[in-house]
Amino acid sequence: MSRIAARFASLRAEGRGALITFLEAWDPDASTSLDILRGMPAAGADLIEIGCPFTDPMADGPTIQVAGKRALKAGANMHRTLALVRDFRVGDNATPIVLMGYLNPILSYGVEKFCTDAAVAGVDGLIVVDLPSEESDLMVPLATANGLDIIRLVAPTTDEARLPKVLDGSSGFVYYVSITGITGTRTASAEDLAAAIPKVRHATDLPIAIGFGVRTPAQAAAAVQAADAAVVASALIETLAGTLDKDGHAQPDTVRRVLDHVRALADGVRGARKAA
Amino acid sequence: MDTPAPMASTGANSLRTGPDSRGKFGGFGGRFVAETLMPLILEVEQAYATAKADPAFQPELDYYLKHYVGRPSPLWFAERLTKVLGGAKVYFKRDELNHTGAHKINSCIGQILLARRMGKRRIIAETGAGQHGVATATVCALFGLPCTVYMGATDVARQAPNVFRMKLLGAEVKSVTSGASTLKDAMNEALRDWVANVTDTYYLIGTVAGPHPYPMMVRDFQSVIGDEAKLQLHEAEGRLPDVAIAAIGGGSNAMGLFHPFLDDPSVRLIGVEAAGHGLDTHQHAASLSRGRPGVLHGNRTYLLQDEDGQIEEAHSISAGLDYPGIGPEHSWLHEIGRVEYVAATDDEALDAFQLCTRTEGIIPALEPAHALAHVKKLAPTMAADKIILMNLCGRGDKDVATVAERLGVKL
Repeated sequence: MSRIAARFASLRAEGRGALITFLEAWDPDASTSLDILRGMPAAGADLIEIGCPFTDPMADGPTIQVAGKRALKAGANMHRTLALVRDFRVGDNATPIVLMGYLNPILSYGVEKFCTDAAVAGVDGLIVVDLPSEESDLMVPLATANGLDIIRLVAPTTDEARLPKVLDGSSGFVYYVSITGITGTRTASAEDLAAAIPKVRHATDLPIAIGFGVRTPAQAAAAVQAADAAVVASALIETLAGTLDKDGHAQPDTVRRVLDHVRALADGVRGARKAA
Repeated sequence: MDTPAPMASTGANSLRTGPDSRGKFGGFGGRFVAETLMPLILEVEQAYATAKADPAFQPELDYYLKHYVGRPSPLWFAERLTKVLGGAKVYFKRDELNHTGAHKINSCIGQILLARRMGKRRIIAETGAGQHGVATATVCALFGLPCTVYMGATDVARQAPNVFRMKLLGAEVKSVTSGASTLKDAMNEALRDWVANVTDTYYLIGTVAGPHPYPMMVRDFQSVIGDEAKLQLHEAEGRLPDVAIAAIGGGSNAMGLFHPFLDDPSVRLIGVEAAGHGLDTHQHAASLSRGRPGVLHGNRTYLLQDEDGQIEEAHSISAGLDYPGIGPEHSWLHEIGRVEYVAATDDEALDAFQLCTRTEGIIPALEPAHALAHVKKLAPTMAADKIILMNLCGRGDKDVATVAERLGVKL
């Protein structure tokens, strides 16, 4: 069983939903990023999503755009992102790691080599934002052969006729983009989620994570009540960004403040008892 | 929707049948967008197919092209220039005489008619030099639709007259400071806007790039350039040109000129990229000459990128050529060798700009000045009975300040 499937199975046994926390690789530098990554599981992250920096992140709002810029300035690239995962795996062989990014840096690395190297580094799943199901034949077979889950985005614009096509070939979990918009901007209402999630649930047995616009412990709690997991990204990066000096450098309290924020979100998620 | 041009072939070996059903020209093109946009892209594709099949659509388009844009644009024998260059006869396809001063309006008319059919109530666009922004703002004023144009902050600064023109036309111009603040970032912002406003908004893309069906659709609307030129040259000379040549940024004016000639093997097709300070510097916009294939803005094509797949900044004196990618059909035509792609530097374009102005009394935009820079090199090597057809795709009023600055003249 993959780490992702195992983690969702154990959380289901506990009767609670998952907190998926996000960090951008090498934001604002390699060692801070590794410290945050290593601290996240103990602070309450159940799965971790690592953003792969790209110059042109077309689905991301200003917060993640700037995080990517900081990371690239610090020297981030795909090799170094995979090295970050390898370093994390030295001390943690259970927490699932999902890479989220855009296609071009992967193409540049070489799709086959990327899938092999990512699996060896200890990556469990891939979210490639600009690789819709229509184009995914260039990656799915290679990812699957290396035991990597392909996690698909489902959006409010994805209608029920299209849904099976989007889910075909996906594994791990389904990432429900709760708003029509970019990351870190608006937030879906509980009514929106209550209407949308059952339709996705009807089409798949995979766990469903809700992301885009999940910012507070209360929103994370609402997300795990409506679905199986809450993804928090921009809000955590805002906390990180708030600790940096004017040149974008980490300060002594940067890691602690981000992990404190993770703890608060985890309290929200763990306090939300799932309706049976 | 394609009206048959004289001597056009559409046989089994035609190069004019692409893209395939997945929007691919060979290995290029496609639909690399986030799932949120995918249903919209499919909706545009469906609506365009429906419009093409509707016998009322082409006459409606023709009406606006004739009475509003002023088509057909003239074909001009540049006689003095020909004498000065001392070789092949040079003809200009004068798309700079279109309403709004460039070829961009051809596709704007087509797309806004489509947007209206789709019931969209708001238009967004990206612009580099501002010509596409002005053309989009113009058709939005004509049809009474609100318009938001995204423009890189760098371009806002160097194309001030076009920014004001857009505002006069009632458009909102959003200065983009994300990324590198140029055309590629304006396109990112427009895509972000579209994702956030999926129900009422139509994204009116200015070039033959973006996800399928845009490269095909913009090409179809721009092919009026080549279709007309082919007929006009047939009337003037009774034959095809020996060379057809156009500048390339994203590649819409070139695609519009080339497409009707793709199946005429006697016609050499030459696209001129912007070499900026030189192809061996890092300051150019020559995606085909110096880039390699990758994925950006919804399609697989040649891109300027570093070894990690990060997109690099383009540079050109011409804001309209300052784009690190190129339309996917050009990438395909490059790989199969049907079109030759060369480059002209900033300085060569400036020289050609001045030559055209003084010999023909036509102030060209800096974009077609790149095409002319290559004509300058090529024409003298060709016999006097040969014919070069060049797309003069825009007028240079917008560039006067840039040229003055480069020539050390204070206005």
